[in-house]
Amino acid sequence: MIDHDDSRALQERVRAACASGTPLAIHGGNSKRFLGHAVDGEPLDISRHSGIISYEPTELVITARAGTPLSDIEAKLAKHNQLLPFEPPAFGENATLGGTIACNLSGPRRPYAGAARDYVLGCTLLNGKGEILRFGGEVMKNVAGYDVSRLMAGAFGTLGVLLDVSLKVLPRPAYKVMVMLQDDVPQSIQVLESIARKPLPMTAACFDGERLYLRLCGSDRLAEQVSRDIGGEVLAQDATLWADIKEQRHPFFDGADNLWRVSVPFNVPPLAINGDWFYDWGGAQRWLKTTASAEEVRTQVAASGGHATLFRSNETQALRFQPLSSGLLRIHRNLKQAFDPGGILNPGRMYPGL
Amino acid sequence: MTVAKAEFISQLQQIVPPEALLHETEDLRPYECDGLSAYRKLPMVVALPDTVTQVQAIMRLCHERKIPVVARGAGTGLSGGALPHDEGLLLSLAKFNQILQVDAARCVARVQPGVRNLAISQAVDHLGLYYAPDPSSQIACTIGGNVAENSGGVHCLKYGLTVHNILELKVVTIDGELLTIGAQSLDAPGYDLLALMTGSEGMLGVIVEVTVKLLPKPERAQVILAAFADVVKAGKAVGNIISAGIIPAGLEMMDKLAIQAAEDFVHAGYPRDAEAILLCEIDGTNEEVSEQIPTIRRILLDTGATEVRTAKDERERMLMWKGRKSAFPAVGRISPDYYCMDGTIPRKKLPEVLQRMAALSEEYQLPVANVFHAGDGNLHPLILYDANREGELERTEEFGGRILELCVEVGGTITGEHGVGMEKINQMCVQFQPLELSQFHAVKAAFDPEGLLNPGKAVPELHRCAEFGAMHVHKGQLAHPELERF
Repeated sequence: MIDHDDSRALQERVRAACASGTPLAIHGGNSKRFLGHAVDGEPLDISRHSGIISYEPTELVITARAGTPLSDIEAKLAKHNQLLPFEPPAFGENATLGGTIACNLSGPRRPYAGAARDYVLGCTLLNGKGEILRFGGEVMKNVAGYDVSRLMAGAFGTLGVLLDVSLKVLPRPAYKVMVMLQDDVPQSIQVLESIARKPLPMTAACFDGERLYLRLCGSDRLAEQVSRDIGGEVLAQDATLWADIKEQRHPFFDGADNLWRVSVPFNVPPLAINGDWFYDWGGAQRWLKTTASAEEVRTQVAASGGHATLFRSNETQALRFQPLSSGLLRIHRNLKQAFDPGGILNPGRMYPGL
Repeated sequence: MTVAKAEFISQLQQIVPPEALLHETEDLRPYECDGLSAYRKLPMVVALPDTVTQVQAIMRLCHERKIPVVARGAGTGLSGGALPHDEGLLLSLAKFNQILQVDAARCVARVQPGVRNLAISQAVDHLGLYYAPDPSSQIACTIGGNVAENSGGVHCLKYGLTVHNILELKVVTIDGELLTIGAQSLDAPGYDLLALMTGSEGMLGVIVEVTVKLLPKPERAQVILAAFADVVKAGKAVGNIISAGIIPAGLEMMDKLAIQAAEDFVHAGYPRDAEAILLCEIDGTNEEVSEQIPTIRRILLDTGATEVRTAKDERERMLMWKGRKSAFPAVGRISPDYYCMDGTIPRKKLPEVLQRMAALSEEYQLPVANVFHAGDGNLHPLILYDANREGELERTEEFGGRILELCVEVGGTITGEHGVGMEKINQMCVQFQPLELSQFHAVKAAFDPEGLLNPGKAVPELHRCAEFGAMHVHKGQLAHPELERF
């Protein structure tokens, strides 16, 4: 495990880039290079800036440098029977903490436990002027100043280079149980609606087109009770299923030209877009393999109160993220200007001009 | 009345009916302060619009005339965040008090900002749902203010803060544009403006609608009360419960002075001779709760609790919580005035902080009662004072400032859930360096380049820090030596 503070060197690089107006393409393990638009810039490698700075199991907080491998963090937490509750997808062995937070990626437990952004307590970052700034902290509740650290989650490095991040962690749930139902999509959505109203310790729900899988934490007795209430059968816990969905190793994800991530309210009826669908996050995150045009996908999804991301694609020209309203775009541009006036940090990774 | 003021009022009269505008001194008086009554100021004018269109028109007018705008909900804030600006407009959102839509299938509610926190839970109670964040002032405080302050409550260790429990906001910018921030889905494209807006203390925009998440009411909730003869042991018990892999729904601590005040006030059955009590609430399925009660009882006894009691019925559970939720007014009964602080610390620092706070209490000759969201390290020391005694408020403020600086020193923060407002503006200079404060100002300018929204609050100007630093030499070191002195 590397324990190395590379922040001064990184700061020098950003300062120099700022002075010369050179765009930087920030990367850690390059595991999420496919997300968003390619950045035309000098690579800025943060993977040498690595190591867990502090971890106090009883405080439920871990702080680590952005280049720390996600697997190191998960292994460390596991030793103390804790975990990152948002189950981040790694998309590769080299995934780092910084990339995970910058992309705000969350796994199957997201609808029930929250997203990566929900667990961010603080961070240190380099803004586009090469200033090292610290926001938030290592405590659960903190409203001093604007919540800049949470703003970094999902900003894809366009507002700052993350140097270290403090995250809230939680105890590993004791049991996980699975219930399987054979249903069609509308029936599955109905089941999910009824579950949403029940105080059940849900930790995941997905529908693969034929079967609805539920994951709960609790005892065997609880699982049997749930299975009696809503039908279906109790299966032995299958960790591979959820890991495969999270990492997109599940057969559904094979062989797609365009893979869309569709984020809608969980009970939105099946959308009339031709293609193959996989429902994760209890229906709130839907994966779509389709040849339909971006416009068709986005128009339909927006009409349902959601947005669509072109998650994996070989088309270089297509906009990856749902376009913003003019009012929001103005605020985005102003914020980019506020953090990175020279426009050198991952320019264009999310939207042109940001 | 100046010509400019008369002209401004006549322009406002074009936007809202006469009864929705206040500008006579006696009418302005109720708006001179929020829950932090030590700070008072009269606004130039109060507007009480009741439509979003009116809010937009008012903002456009204020923007055009460069008139400061301070938004206000129920005025229960404890940091002076809604303190009026004497040359500004106070924008009351009190008339926005409608629950617009409850979508039981989706477990969300769309509400106006002036809806009271508790009213949401009451409105969806029959559906078996509730809104989780529960600040102690939930009977009066409004959801718009909760978003502006990122309010917590006694259940946020398990259920999170306001930022974790909202989906979408409608916000009017200073130039009158209506923005939708967040989404009805679990996430939205672009930057996380929902997080940025939450806790921004009315500095970035005016919230005119909030979509909140609703949760199913747990099958069962149970509270355990434990008494300790030693505050340090009570603190240790908190860590031990969490180490056992249990995240209680609420985990609260009170010290002797707070216990006695609360007991005398609501007769909650607290042991008056204990140095500290812990209230530990667990909720979930019947089975989970039944499983965890004996574990928690054992941990508490093993850590040295002198008494461990489980509420025998719902009435007793509510009573135990009533004592805790009434702690502030209870202290108000035993002292002419009290001053409530809001620092957060890493939990393991509790013994040190309590010890040093006791020494400060001695130094300033002012008693302190402590209520503590022990699970998440959020301290509420209540300093007892008498504003009618010459110099006592000033001594109290200085004492309070020292407590907040202590929180920063041990790795914590000056405010966990009450906000910076006007009150903690100087301590922001202790918590943040000038470059960070400058970044905050740049964020503010991205929304409000002319600084018309709630000016002077939340983030101090750098020259203010320089002046504060000059008065306040810490351990022989001048704060921010790089800055010019004025």
